[in-house]
Amino acid sequence: MSSGSETAGNVPQTDGQAESAAPTDAKAHITVRDLTMAFGSFVLMHDLNFTIQHGDVFIIMGGSGCGKSTLLRHLIGLIEPAKGEIWYGTENFTRADPARRQRMLQRFGVLYQSGALWSSMTLAENIGLPLGEYTDLKPVEIREVASLKLALVGLKGFEDFYPSQISGGMQKRAGLARAMALDPEVLFFDEPSAGLDPISSKLLDDLILELRDSLGSTIVVVTHELASIFAIGSNSMFLDVETRTMSALGPPKELVHSDNANVRRFLTRGEENGAAGRPHG
Amino acid sequence: MLAEKQAPQQPPELAVSRSSDGALLLRLSGAWQLHAEIPPTADVHRALESSPPPQRISFDTQQLTAWDSALLTFLSKISEICSAKKITIDRAGLPSGVQRLLALAEAVPERAGARQKTEKLSWLARVGTGFLNLREPVEEMLAFVGDLAIVFGRLLRGRARFRRSDLMLLIQQTGAEALGIITLISFLVGLILAFVGAVQLQQFGAAIYVADLVGIAMVREMGAMMTGIVMAGRTGAAFAAQLGSMKVNQETDALVTMGISPLEFLVLPRVIALCLMMPLLCLYSDLLGILGGMAVGVSMLKLPLLIYYNQTTQAVGIPDLVGGVFKASVYGVLIAISGCLRGMQCGNSSSAVGEAATSAVVTGIVFIITACGIFSVVFYVLGI
Repeated sequence: MSSGSETAGNVPQTDGQAESAAPTDAKAHITVRDLTMAFGSFVLMHDLNFTIQHGDVFIIMGGSGCGKSTLLRHLIGLIEPAKGEIWYGTENFTRADPARRQRMLQRFGVLYQSGALWSSMTLAENIGLPLGEYTDLKPVEIREVASLKLALVGLKGFEDFYPSQISGGMQKRAGLARAMALDPEVLFFDEPSAGLDPISSKLLDDLILELRDSLGSTIVVVTHELASIFAIGSNSMFLDVETRTMSALGPPKELVHSDNANVRRFLTRGEENGAAGRPHG
Repeated sequence: MLAEKQAPQQPPELAVSRSSDGALLLRLSGAWQLHAEIPPTADVHRALESSPPPQRISFDTQQLTAWDSALLTFLSKISEICSAKKITIDRAGLPSGVQRLLALAEAVPERAGARQKTEKLSWLARVGTGFLNLREPVEEMLAFVGDLAIVFGRLLRGRARFRRSDLMLLIQQTGAEALGIITLISFLVGLILAFVGAVQLQQFGAAIYVADLVGIAMVREMGAMMTGIVMAGRTGAAFAAQLGSMKVNQETDALVTMGISPLEFLVLPRVIALCLMMPLLCLYSDLLGILGGMAVGVSMLKLPLLIYYNQTTQAVGIPDLVGGVFKASVYGVLIAISGCLRGMQCGNSSSAVGEAATSAVVTGIVFIITACGIFSVVFYVLGI
């Protein structure tokens, strides 16, 4: 991991702040440097520094309301950082001009918490939209790709259904099919198991690992589902709501033995030392 | 909660007494439940104020027949008073369920800053902040219009991206599907105008001029304005609600992360659809309004149909028609912009969608009436 204090690069500056040099680690896929997330004067999290390697399943975990999803929205450019930079490979995402950023966005796939399928389009049209925008495929070919993606997530034959006609779990899987439409290099998942029964949630976890192995995508997951964290996470970070910054970085299985009590308590449901249980009078 | 509910229940009663060692004994009896009238804490308060101040409070609940949250609220009020006065509370006399729940409620201390503070400002300060806050929505609106202009530029160069099928569907929704309500409203407006005119004009034996009145009023003003107001309520609100719920459902985010501008993909087809349909709806409304007037003229004023028709064609000229249709196109743009703007500004909750729709209609109608006023002055000055 390269540090953020290297000499400033010679990329033209758009504002006064000096830009840090591009990450030099070839395996680093996403590099976050000194990221501060804030709404107006309210600082949600400060000084986040982490690197996500190619092929990682990186878990962003933390208690409710600590800013996990907000961090994800920063990573995909929906919110601009108050401070700090996000790099994809050797490209600066935070400072990219709109055209360049749009090209970078095409390499992302995002599965939103509710699926976020476009309700006025059928599933096939949902998946076909990015294909139509960014490829030269003919409508028939687009339809074929869409069917394939739906088959991959176990929704074969649902091409002409509207999102409102299928269940929540199916919407989520269809959302994943859409996120996979352009064979993205990075897949982002916002609370993938929220609202799913344990079996569907397990199937989705398996699918995530399968995608990582077969497509070679880097995967970033926001979740607080312990079973998923241990099953799929190859690396993880913990956002601590008390200190307003990240308090641990490492594979979840190692973080169970972390020095930080909050992290340990989170990963053991507070049962390790009983401190999180409420006293009964 | 504890004892099964039996009717009739004894009313809750509170007896305050001092025991020999100076402790305050609260004797609770009856059913302390939410639907009953709970004794006020004032008695306890008074007893605590008395001298010498008691060091301890204890409870006797032998006669307590039933309890629920009412008792808990009462007790937590007392314990707040006691902790302020540093008086110890002996909870041993309370039912064990009550003891546990009270302990649970006190387990997590109030988080500092969790309670929202509302600062009282003087009216001058409030007027000032209100005025300063006016700036932001205006800036947002200007930015939105500017962005939309850029997107239109891209449309003219043939580079805007939206689905043709979406545009067709929107044209159908804003055009053909609005014909019913436009028919009804315009026919009735024509009819009403004719009645208003007929009463006055008949006094001079000039009933035939009802045709002029209805024709000119409909074609120059009312056709465009009524269409505008109906469409603001019908389509402007729909736009805001559609875009707002897409935002709540993160569908707009999904577009952005696909690298597709929501302005191009969602707003542009809506603006185009309304701009294309408003002039046509306005022409239709003009026609229906004149028919409404004709219905009154022929049936009530006994004017021959052909004479009424000729009188109308003489009164209404092409410039009137063009002016009216032009106004309608402008109203169309205003409705589409206010609907889409409010939709895109929508917050992240379902109540925000409702507010967006309401605000879209209000903004749309205010814009239309303002534009109408400006047009009247400009057209008068220009002599059109």
